[in-house]
Amino acid sequence: MSAEKGREFHVVNHSVPRRDGRAKVTGQAVYVSDVKLMGMAYAKVLRSPYAHARILSINAGRAASRPGVIAVVTGNDLEGLNPYFGHAVKDHPLVAIDKVRYIGEPVAAVVAEDERTAYEALEFIEVQYEELKAVLNPQEALAQGAPLLHERKFEAGALRGFEGKVTAGRGTNLCQEAHIGWGDVEAAFAKAAAVVEAEYYFPMVYAYAMEPYVAIAEVNENGVTIYSSAQHPFMVRHDITTIFGLPVSQIRLIVPFVGGGYGSKSYTKIEPLVSACAWKAKRPVKLRLSVEEAMLTTRSDDALTWMRTAVDANGKIIARQAKIYMNTGAYAENSPLVCEKSTNRCVGPYAIPNIKIDNYSVYTNTVPASSYRGFGCAQVTMAGESQIDELAAKIGKDPYELRLANVAQGGQEFFPKMRPFDGNLKEDLDLAAKSVRWKDPLPKGHGRSVGCSVSDAGAYPLTSTVVRVHADGSVSIMMGSTELGQGSHTVIPQIVAEELGVPFESVRVVASDTAITPYDRSTGASRTTTLMGRAVLEASREAIDQMVRMAADVLKVKEKEIEVTRGGVQCGEARLTWSEVLTRYYGLPGGEVIGRAYIRKSGDFAQLPVFWEAASTAVEISVDEDTGRIRMERLGTAGDVGLAINPALAEGQDIGAATMGMGVGLFEELIYDGPQLMNGSLLEYRVPRFSDLPREVHLNLVQNRDGVGPYGAKGGGEASLNAMAANVANALYGATGVRIRSAPLTPEKVWRALKEARGEKKKS
Amino acid sequence: MSEAREYLILHFNLNGRSVETQYEAQETLAEVLRDRFNLNGTKISCEVEVCGACTVLVDGLPVSACTHLAYEVRDRNVLTIEGMAKPDGTLHPIQQAFIDEFAFQCGFCTPGMILATKALLDENPRPEEADIIHYMDGNICRCTGYVSIVRAIQRAATQVQKEERG
Repeated sequence: MSAEKGREFHVVNHSVPRRDGRAKVTGQAVYVSDVKLMGMAYAKVLRSPYAHARILSINAGRAASRPGVIAVVTGNDLEGLNPYFGHAVKDHPLVAIDKVRYIGEPVAAVVAEDERTAYEALEFIEVQYEELKAVLNPQEALAQGAPLLHERKFEAGALRGFEGKVTAGRGTNLCQEAHIGWGDVEAAFAKAAAVVEAEYYFPMVYAYAMEPYVAIAEVNENGVTIYSSAQHPFMVRHDITTIFGLPVSQIRLIVPFVGGGYGSKSYTKIEPLVSACAWKAKRPVKLRLSVEEAMLTTRSDDALTWMRTAVDANGKIIARQAKIYMNTGAYAENSPLVCEKSTNRCVGPYAIPNIKIDNYSVYTNTVPASSYRGFGCAQVTMAGESQIDELAAKIGKDPYELRLANVAQGGQEFFPKMRPFDGNLKEDLDLAAKSVRWKDPLPKGHGRSVGCSVSDAGAYPLTSTVVRVHADGSVSIMMGSTELGQGSHTVIPQIVAEELGVPFESVRVVASDTAITPYDRSTGASRTTTLMGRAVLEASREAIDQMVRMAADVLKVKEKEIEVTRGGVQCGEARLTWSEVLTRYYGLPGGEVIGRAYIRKSGDFAQLPVFWEAASTAVEISVDEDTGRIRMERLGTAGDVGLAINPALAEGQDIGAATMGMGVGLFEELIYDGPQLMNGSLLEYRVPRFSDLPREVHLNLVQNRDGVGPYGAKGGGEASLNAMAANVANALYGATGVRIRSAPLTPEKVWRALKEARGEKKKS
Repeated sequence: MSEAREYLILHFNLNGRSVETQYEAQETLAEVLRDRFNLNGTKISCEVEVCGACTVLVDGLPVSACTHLAYEVRDRNVLTIEGMAKPDGTLHPIQQAFIDEFAFQCGFCTPGMILATKALLDENPRPEEADIIHYMDGNICRCTGYVSIVRAIQRAATQVQKEERG
């Protein structure tokens, strides 16, 4: 798209107000929790009290006979369905079958006339268990003689999102392994001028989308219709087709506004269970989880990363080696892809000639892990970006300068066989560092850090769309992408308004209804602006081509005599708007033109990743040595977005991601005590609040139009999270000289580390 | 549908209108608003009075509707997000400020955020940034990092004062 660099923008690259603004500030925006269908019943879920147990018997008779109860669904009631789902590994039963694998796993669901009746009936279901030994972390799960979570062999899902094999189901608790390498790591470490080597831990975290998982299903002779809070309706549709053995045309997923996702609503969650409820109850059924139940549904993988990195005498990074153990919980969900991605993301943002990364994703008897904003990048960036600062300290170099000297350059193939790097990390780092006044002297007790990351983003490029230009010149976009808050309902019409030269107000979206909107693989991996954006741009151009032919017909001239102007065409003295072209062509103020586009892995998208998502973040913190409390003084972000279709929305993504990352750096962590999740409620799981707001925030966008998206755009919204936990640890080191290698850096952890360090100093 | 349900009658003032409904004693204000009046703007998230998504104003003061028994609002004034705009559809200056400052993304926290802001500005029309942070600390937003919300509240405060001066 580089030929258009001189172009002046009318709608794109402007911070137009959000399309969903009025609906969201007036309470009119509809989320699935607000949807009611005629005759709708309600489901509630009975959950396992054991981490690992065989189900000996379930007696649901007493529950089923209670007044108001319509049906009870257990693992014994699924004959006629194919009850296992999973886009990567079909290991997940829609409700426990024969055994349970974590505390909180659904064992039965009651469908009743109202939620309270369903809830009250749960205690009348009698389940007999035989408890089995549980494994709670990768070390236990991989030990000799460890009990197996999954005894079955699995089919690998065709939509797993990577080309490699699936490891699960080979008689161990290994869910996935991934290995990459190039150069000669051993030789490089042998001749290194300096090496740092350590273990780092990134915790289990809960995305806390404020709208918990919710879905409504209706099963009848037309097939299955589901309203869901899912990010990827087309992926869920695929799982539902296999469960019911129905063709794609009989499964319909409708996604209204989604109350936050951050990866936690990607892929299939409660939709199979709610459809089984509707199938058995022969009624539309709604299942709305509480936040406590959402915490028992999906979390991030926690990761223990051993890493070593070497520099030569000139401060060039010459080698990196890492071994990662990811705790993926009881079911694979998207963790095989998270494993693949985190392996790749150990390398970037640096051009390193010798690499060896080994990654193991391991089943344990804990809540299933899956996508979390950034797919495994935050987990390994905790290690990678800590280690850069440790190296800098070891060789007496400014960590900012060490990064500048080693980051991947624009156009460089820093990762073999992947797309050459399409960003500018030096510019990103420079802006972020300036935001925290990198060169200024620091007050006592303060520390700074600047970090960066790049991710192979955009997922698989498969997206299609339809742009309909109506006879009055207004436009409808049929778009599979969901609106999670990221702004797809605003950004995508901006692109169409720009291309067709029509007012933004006249362009509307019809979104995320698989029966109506063309196939779009997913809404995640920061892909929508790039892939759906490019699709609607091409569909708009296809519509224009058709209208040029129509204009030639109407004006009785050759096509090449028609010139496209903003919002219409011109031929000599004659000027026609799109509306006039269509109205004259059809002879009625009716009809339309349909522009189409199909994006696939070819052309600009032939080489993966779709784009490298790059960002830099920088922090200044202060630490209270008496309490161990860290306070965020300054925060700077630099999102390398190619071109911000809507700068305010792009900045909003960056600050949102950075704040989430700050939460992991400072206090967010799901804590297990044995098999039991100890802080499974928002009372005990701490997320960032107003009072955690940094005292000063600077948001920067880097817009070099170097992406393959529309007008050179790339995605954003994940990368600003990745380096934040390492930033907190690095800044603490700067402030105190104490290095902590596990997130979050809670006051207690910091206080203990300081006490230990100061105590040792006094002794010596 | 447990047998022999007992229904009570609840009478209160909802968004400036006198209303009456049948309800059960254990129903929360959020349930009554959402299920009996179909006012779905009041969002339910944490259900433990931590997140603020369900904030509504009762006699002008913010409460968490998810845990507030409907019984407690008999004969009182309840303001929900649906009552913020003027009847002709003109947005309240706080609502407009949230749009102008991009102070939401997914929007799930927004109704509660706007009502908490109203309570703040009613009590303190010229809040300093520290006042805003202190007052709003009971409302969680997971999308925005709060920066744009603070700006929206500051803009709304200026606008409300302008309108009051006429």
